[in-house]
Amino acid sequence: MTDVLERPAAVVPPRAVTSGVLNWLVFLLLLAGALAMCAPFVWMLSTSVKPPAEIFRYPPTLLTSDPQFGNYARIFGVIPFGRLMLNSLIVSGAVTLLQLLVCSMAAYAFARLRFWGRDALFLLYLSALMIPSQVTLIPNFILIRDLGWIDSYAALILPFAFSSFGTFLLRQAFLTVPRELEEAARIDGATYAQVFWRVMLPLVRPALGALGIFTFIAQWNNFLWPLITTTRPEMATLTVGLSTLRGQYNTDWALLMTGSVLAILPIFAVFIAGNRAFIRGITSGGFGGR
Amino acid sequence: MSRRMAAAEARSAWLFLAPSLLLFLVFVLLPVLAAFGISFTRWDLFTAPHFAGFQNYADLILRDSLFHKVLGNTVLYVLGTVPAQMVLAFLIALLLNRRVWGQTALRVIYFLPVVSSTVAVALIWSWIFNSNFGVLNAFLGMIGVQNPPAWLNSSRWALPALIIVAIWQGLGYSMVLFLAGLQGIPHEVYEAGEIDGAVGWRKHRYLTLPLLSPTTFFVTIVSLIGSFQVFDLAFVMTQGGPANATNTIVYYVYQNAFQFYRMGYASAAAMILFAIILILTLIQYRLQDRWVHYD
Repeated sequence: MTDVLERPAAVVPPRAVTSGVLNWLVFLLLLAGALAMCAPFVWMLSTSVKPPAEIFRYPPTLLTSDPQFGNYARIFGVIPFGRLMLNSLIVSGAVTLLQLLVCSMAAYAFARLRFWGRDALFLLYLSALMIPSQVTLIPNFILIRDLGWIDSYAALILPFAFSSFGTFLLRQAFLTVPRELEEAARIDGATYAQVFWRVMLPLVRPALGALGIFTFIAQWNNFLWPLITTTRPEMATLTVGLSTLRGQYNTDWALLMTGSVLAILPIFAVFIAGNRAFIRGITSGGFGGR
Repeated sequence: MSRRMAAAEARSAWLFLAPSLLLFLVFVLLPVLAAFGISFTRWDLFTAPHFAGFQNYADLILRDSLFHKVLGNTVLYVLGTVPAQMVLAFLIALLLNRRVWGQTALRVIYFLPVVSSTVAVALIWSWIFNSNFGVLNAFLGMIGVQNPPAWLNSSRWALPALIIVAIWQGLGYSMVLFLAGLQGIPHEVYEAGEIDGAVGWRKHRYLTLPLLSPTTFFVTIVSLIGSFQVFDLAFVMTQGGPANATNTIVYYVYQNAFQFYRMGYASAAAMILFAIILILTLIQYRLQDRWVHYD
């Protein structure tokens, strides 16, 4: 289950694959589907460099003869785009690091340490998975407002520094580590903190990577929370900035597509660089042992 | 182990748990209880809240015809999105599970919309659906469709437009889960099945589908829960319009809380969403015995 995207097919018995024609049909079908999946992105790229006159041409053209790469410079003047990107980067990065630390600490306690009330507490954490985030939205907003944290990084980061999902995922990973490894360290006189930091964490690096990429992408794309907790344009995140672009410059489609390209490309890069870890997070998060 | 060592272990455990416990209490547990409390009040954030009993719930469920429409829209959106997406995802996973040229690249491509920000995706599709200059209607015109819909400007077609985008964006997620499930089916099962005459479609009907049922169960729950929480698409593409045609539960919660400052009313609507998700999950778990086979 570790590399769903890359593992060659092993399930179909060899004899079923003998028909070359069938294989070509399957390939063409999948290719057509993949083109359909890509088409909106291609259209986004194409529009982002079109001169104004060509945007509304009918029938539409895919490739412009006069590409306007200046759109990419222009967007930094229309909204504080550099700042928005930096904000998204700071928030996503900080949330990811904090969540890895906070969740792995909790997960280690749940997986390895004995204490009164452990199972009940873990069940409480797990049951939080069922709560839609919109339920806590209003009280959390009121809390942030009363703390005077509107338009602050704390508001954007702290509510996401913990997740039940992350704790569950990492607990599963810790459970697979053989007990002997940490017992040996304990006998040598290591404290629980040393065991956790030096023995356990390095051994679950793949799970940490999976959760890390997963969290980063989710935060980068997060929208509703930054929408309600930021009022100053320079404290917004990229997604919020993009959505305001739509309201103010309703007809400037080239600029909207430029913004979309700039919002999507970094996350494509993150995903393609770590897609195996990411997929591992998705598939192991839901299934537990299967 | 001595009692002292056990006490030391427990003390360490609570230290490890402390940060998560604090965050969990402040940002999850207490807010849920607070949301429940707020849902029984009338509160505009600026003056003191008034206790209103079940008034908000009674209004939403019995009298608010807009909320009824919002519920209907959300259900239509879920019904339009989830089954179509699952069938497509399953078929693609089945095909991609064969030895196909460019397999890795194809799988990554199908997954790219999943990691894309919904705000950006919503902007791209708004342009595609644009009723005057959009590429979709230009294409429909080319293949002979006389009066293509006005999509996002039409109260009839705006919701279907959102559904199309949602299917496109979420397809890859279900596909990956199905792929993982398919790869978990042992080779031998098919070999044994073939001897008993399970070939072609029968192979999938009698072997793949039953063996995949835990995956299907999981995908169903996750897609249902995710779809009921649709917001970003409706916010960016249509602002809930035209004429509330794409106003959904979460959008309604947002509107009431942050545009009309009706915190109690919005909280009650959020609690109703919570209840719907809870009931759906419980029903799914009850039905699980009927159709899910674990080895």
